[in-house]
Formats: sequence, structure tokens, C-alpha cells
Amino acid sequence: MASSPPEELSINADVLIVGGGMAGAWAATSAAQAGAKVVLADKGYCGTSGVTAAAGPGHWWVPPDPPAARDAAVANRVASGLGLGEAEWMYRILDQTWRTLPTLARYYKFGVDDEGRVNYRAVRGPEYMRALRQQVLSHGVTILDHSPVLELLARSDGSIGGVRGQRRQDGGRAYQIEAGAVVLAAGGTSFLSHLLGSWTNTGDGYLMAAEAGAEMSGMEFTAAYTIAPAHSTMTRTMAYAFATYYDADGHELDLPFGPDQTIRLARALQRGPVYCSLHRLPDNIKARLHTISPNVPLVFDRWGIDPYRDRFEITLHNDGTIRGIGGVRVHDVDGTTSVPGLFVAGDNASREKVAGAISGGGNVNSAWALSSGVFAGRAAARVARGVKTGTSRFRLLGLGREPRRRVQTVDLTAIRASVRAEMHPFDKNLFRTGKGLAASARALEGLWTELADHDHTGTIASRETAALLATARWSVATAATRNESRGLHRREDFPSLDPRSANRLLSGGLDQVWVAADGPSATTGTGQLEAAS
Amino acid sequence: MIELILADRCTDCGTCIEVCPANVIDPGQAGLPVLARVEDCQTCFLCELYCQADAIYVAPDCDRRVDVNVEEVVASGRLGQYRKHSGWDEWADRFPNEQWLMETVFRRAGEAAAQPKGAPLDVIERK
Ligand SMILES: Cc1cc2nc3c(=O)[nH]c(=O)nc-3n(C[C@H](O)[C@H](O)[C@H](O)COP(=O)(O)OP(=O)(O)OC[C@H]3O[C@@H](n4cnc5c(N)ncnc54)[C@H](O)[C@@H]3O)c2cc1C
Ligand code: SF4
Ligand code: SF4
Repeated sequence: MASSPPEELSINADVLIVGGGMAGAWAATSAAQAGAKVVLADKGYCGTSGVTAAAGPGHWWVPPDPPAARDAAVANRVASGLGLGEAEWMYRILDQTWRTLPTLARYYKFGVDDEGRVNYRAVRGPEYMRALRQQVLSHGVTILDHSPVLELLARSDGSIGGVRGQRRQDGGRAYQIEAGAVVLAAGGTSFLSHLLGSWTNTGDGYLMAAEAGAEMSGMEFTAAYTIAPAHSTMTRTMAYAFATYYDADGHELDLPFGPDQTIRLARALQRGPVYCSLHRLPDNIKARLHTISPNVPLVFDRWGIDPYRDRFEITLHNDGTIRGIGGVRVHDVDGTTSVPGLFVAGDNASREKVAGAISGGGNVNSAWALSSGVFAGRAAARVARGVKTGTSRFRLLGLGREPRRRVQTVDLTAIRASVRAEMHPFDKNLFRTGKGLAASARALEGLWTELADHDHTGTIASRETAALLATARWSVATAATRNESRGLHRREDFPSLDPRSANRLLSGGLDQVWVAADGPSATTGTGQLEAAS
Repeated sequence: MIELILADRCTDCGTCIEVCPANVIDPGQAGLPVLARVEDCQTCFLCELYCQADAIYVAPDCDRRVDVNVEEVVASGRLGQYRKHSGWDEWADRFPNEQWLMETVFRRAGEAAAQPKGAPLDVIERK
């Protein structure tokens, strides 16, 4: 990467957290509670950034008593996860969520239902993230807002020893943070769909992890889509539980509420515009919609649409790895990666082991973001304790990629548009075929060659574009390898599940993308971590 | 996308500049914030929620710019509506956070889907 200007801001920390969404905020809290000096850097503003902030996450929430309830919940999830989930991991996050979420009561006013019971599991996004920011600050964590991390820094032994980034509201001033350990919690990516709150999530954490030598897992599972009124970002689904759909001629479509609804909607949208009416929403919910999800009715109101009377056009936005499940491969619930000193949490990590091959949206994802944040923060603090920071400032090596050839202007906007054009259309990413995936792979390969050869690497936009492109390439390559349909991954040319393929697929590589089956005896990074500390 | 900051309401507190996750708003030369990068706006409405002066209007349109008439928006009562319905600041006692109802709605929708068409729907169990 470009050499640092002299006025670079330099900071030392025990633990550095990349990203201040749900996972990053919980990670910062737990690392600080474990005694670490913590710095959290977010691309935007910790409190409004990330996909939690504009939504309202319902956590996976099963009380420990009676124990049979948890056993049943886990058994259900293992079954619906189609062979990729692991019961032990599920028990761990159920337990951690149960213990940890209520501790936010100092900063978040949990709702009380009509029977007077406190409801912990369903929280409202803006208030939740505002509370998490307050909690993080109360633990003495330093927050750097509007400070996207651009690259990881490695020590001479290959372990991660810090990050470099830019202060975008401070004239683009460069900063470097040396840290004992780093937690990547930069979220997933929707490949720039208009999924609510996802615009700053460009997969930066995946790119940085890959540059450090970590693998991805489950990247084929990016074919999740969520309904929204056309031309809006409002991908919040509750009101649609009672929706009625029509085609352009006004004929009602047979789209019952249930697991296949998105697929049927997508097929209908391939035939033409689809309209929707919410008249079947029960009156006592209509009357309270603005106090349940205040941003949902706001869209209709501003357009002068009465959703209970009028028919409005709808669309589906891609969820990518957000309500999909791919991410950096983790060796344990602590978010240990294959790279010493590097941990991942939340959507930055693969959620296959807790969600299985189906979407973790609606419950598992936020339980994982919370729990993996708590675990990773604690584990990073432990590793950092054995590392002396402030000594290796001049020996840290930037891991961000360098242009392979002569630097020249690359049209990043065009590359972003091309990534969207490969990752969003239903016929390419939802109803997949071997032939279509091969064509996507070729298109993305050409873009990567252009970017990797000629793009100068020091700007936020260039890093984001590289991250989007790298993530799309892993996704397409992995989808092309899985010659079956399983959960979120649907192959038109292999419509059924192949019982022999109940394994996870790893992927990675930047100039050369690779895909490999996850072996039964995964090498764990823990030993290496100890060696590094 | 964000379309308006009303100069006569804005107190120049700077909050929207700080909280906008997409870094859309810059401090202005003349004091008031300016919409510097509207094309980066992710239509999350969060700047509105944080603006205690109710000076911001975000149009729901995320993929196209729309003409917004200032007088109409002011007259519509929509400025500050999100903050109000969210029960923020001075609205805290008037608009409770009923997010907890979400799961009830989903559960009953599932049950309703399993019922024959036309059966009556009753979402919140009545006591
Ligand atoms: C509309 C919607 C509704 C949802 N509802 C539910 C639900 O009901 N239940 C459920 O379980 N799950 C739900 N999910 C999923 C859930 O919200 C996510 O799994 C969860 O928010 C993940 O948290 P996170 O911290 O990993 O990512 P995020 O909350 O997305 O945070 C990522 C953070 O990283 C920052 N960042 C990105 N790049 C960089 C960089 N280079 N440098 C520094 N910072 C960076 C971003 O600015 C952001 O703050 C929903 C998702 C959506 C989109
Ligand atoms: S938050 Fe509102 S009052 Fe404050 S600067 Fe922004 S527009 Fe003005
Ligand atoms: S709607 Fe969201 S992204 Fe747009 S200006 Fe407001 S806070 Fe920023």
C-alpha cells in the first residue's frame, strides 16, 4: 500500500475491533471487561452503522428451563440446517445470548408485553445500537467513528499486530493502530443491494482476512432475498406475513406465507411486476404498526400509499452473506481463524455451524453476532495479554494487496455495477445453473484482472470494490462446486439434495480462487496463537 | 435518499453529520450542514431519528432522486414523525416501543396460513 504520510495518527491498544455493529460492540464490551485496552474503529458511526441499526433483531431465545425446550430447539435447527449445523455450537450461543442480552438493561429499555412480562429477545435496532454504544463507552473503549480500516498489519512471525485505516471526517488522515490482537466484525455484504442498512458493508472484513491467509466457508449460501416495496430499502418482513399478492393484471397470485414464498415471489417477478396489499393484516396490528416498527409505515405514508387498501409494487433485495451465511471460517465459537492474532465475529464469520445451510436471519444471526462478539472479545483479550505492543511499530507489514502492474485509472463505479449485475439477478444467483455460474465467473475474473493489475490501492473506494469483487468470486466459485441443491443454495441443473455432499466448502485466494471440502480434522489455530503470544 | 435539511429549523448541532453511517453530510461554509454526497445515502432514516429539530426529510426512494416541495413536507406533518413514533426524546412516554409484538405476529401468521382460507384472524390473544 502507499507509504504513510508523516502526520499519520498512531495508537496502541491491546485489542482492536474492526466494525461497530452488533458483533463489534459486544466484542469491545467483553474485551474491555476482560481488562484489555480496547479501540473500536467503524467505517461509519458505531450506533447507526450496520444492518442491526435500522432494523429490529429478534434473537434466538430459549430459556434454560425446562432443558427439553433447548434440546428441541437445537434438534430442530440441526435438522433444518441440512447437515451443516453443529448442536454444540448452537447450545453455546443460546446459552450466551440468554446470559448476556439482559445485561444491557442499563442502557436499553426492554419491552414489556401485554401480560406484563419483560421481552428480551426482540429489540429495536436504533435503540439497541444506541445502547450498545453507551455500554461500550462506559467501559472506557475508544471509538473511532468514520474511520474505515483499510488493511491488516502483520508482525514478522505472520501474526496480526494491528490495522491501518483512514479518518474520513478528518481530511482522510491516515491512522495506524498497533494491537495485541484484532477482531474482525465488519459485517457481511449484500453486494450493494438496497437491503436496509447494508450500504457500508462491502465485505471488507472478508478481503482483509483473506489477505492475511484465512479461508472462507459457506460462500455458496448468498442466495437469500428479502421483500421490500419497490424503490425502497424497507426489507422488514413482519407486515408481509399477512400479504396478498397480485400480478400486473390484478389477478391474485398463489403465494402462501411459508418457507417457499421467496422462491415463488422471485418466479412471479421474473414474469412481470408484482403488487401487494396488506389488507389482511389484523386490525389490532395495523393500529400498532407504527409503535412496533416505526420505519415500516413511514415509507407508505410518504408515498401517499394506504397499504391496507392500495396495491403497491414490491421487489426482492439480495441479502448476500447477511441473511445468507458465508464468511470467514471459524475454528471454534471464539471466532479463532487460521491466522494467529486474528478473530472474527458476527456476519464477518461463517454461520454454517449455528445456522446450517439455511438463513440465520430472524433469530440465529443476532444470537451469533452477540455471542461470537462476547467470545471473540474475551479470547482476543487473552491473546493480547501475552503480547507487548508499542515495540513493533516499524516492523509491522501491511497486508493489503498491491497493484500487479502499472497503476492506471480503473472505473470502480463500473466494477461495482458489474458485481451487482452478477450477484443480484434471480436467474444468476437464485436459480443457479452450472453454465450461468461459469459465465459469472468469467465476467468477475476479467474485472479482477483489471482491478488487481492497475488499481492503486490506498483509497476507501478501491478497497471496498476489491472486497465486493473478491467476495463475489468466492461465492460464484463455491456455488459452481456444489453440484446439488441444499438450503439457500439452489441449482436448477441439480435440483435435489445429494446426501453425500453434507460437508462444508471452504474457499479463498485472491489472484487464484480455490474451493475445497472442509476436512474432518480441521487444523486449529489455537496452538499457533499461543506460539505467537 | 435524504432530500432536505430545512435551514429555518436546523440548529446546526452537527449531529446528523456525525451519525450518518454513509458520510453523506458535510459541515457547510455558512454554518448549516450540506448534503455533500446524496448518492451515498442508504435511505436508513437514522439522521431523522437523531435530529431533535426535526429538520431533515428523507424520501423513501433509494434508487432515484425525487422532487420534494418544502412547503408540502412541512405541511404534511411528516418531519419528525419517525422520531415521534419511535418514542425518542420528548415522546418517550407517549409512544411505547412495541417491538416485542413482532414474534406474535409471525407466529399467528404461520397459524393462519395453516388454517382454511377465510377463517377469522385474531393476532393478539385477547384475555
Ligand atoms: C433488515 C434486516 C433485519 C434483520 N433481522 C434479524 C432478526 O430479526 N434476527 C436475526 O437474528 N438477524 C436479523 N438480521 C441479521 C442481523 O441483523 C445480522 O446478522 C447482525 O446485525 C450482524 O451483526 P454484525 O455486527 O456482524 O454486522 P453489522 O451490524 O452489519 O455491522 C458491521 C459493521 O462493520 C462496519 N464496517 C464495515 N466495513 C468496515 C471497515 N472497513 N472498517 C471499519 N468498519 C467497517 C460497518 O460500518 C458496520 O458498523 C437482519 C438483517 C437485516 C438486513
Ligand atoms: S441534526 Fe438536525 S439540527 Fe442538527 S445539524 Fe443536522 S439537521 Fe441541523
Ligand atoms: S438516510 Fe441514512 S444514509 Fe441517508 S443521510 Fe440519513 S443517515 Fe445518512
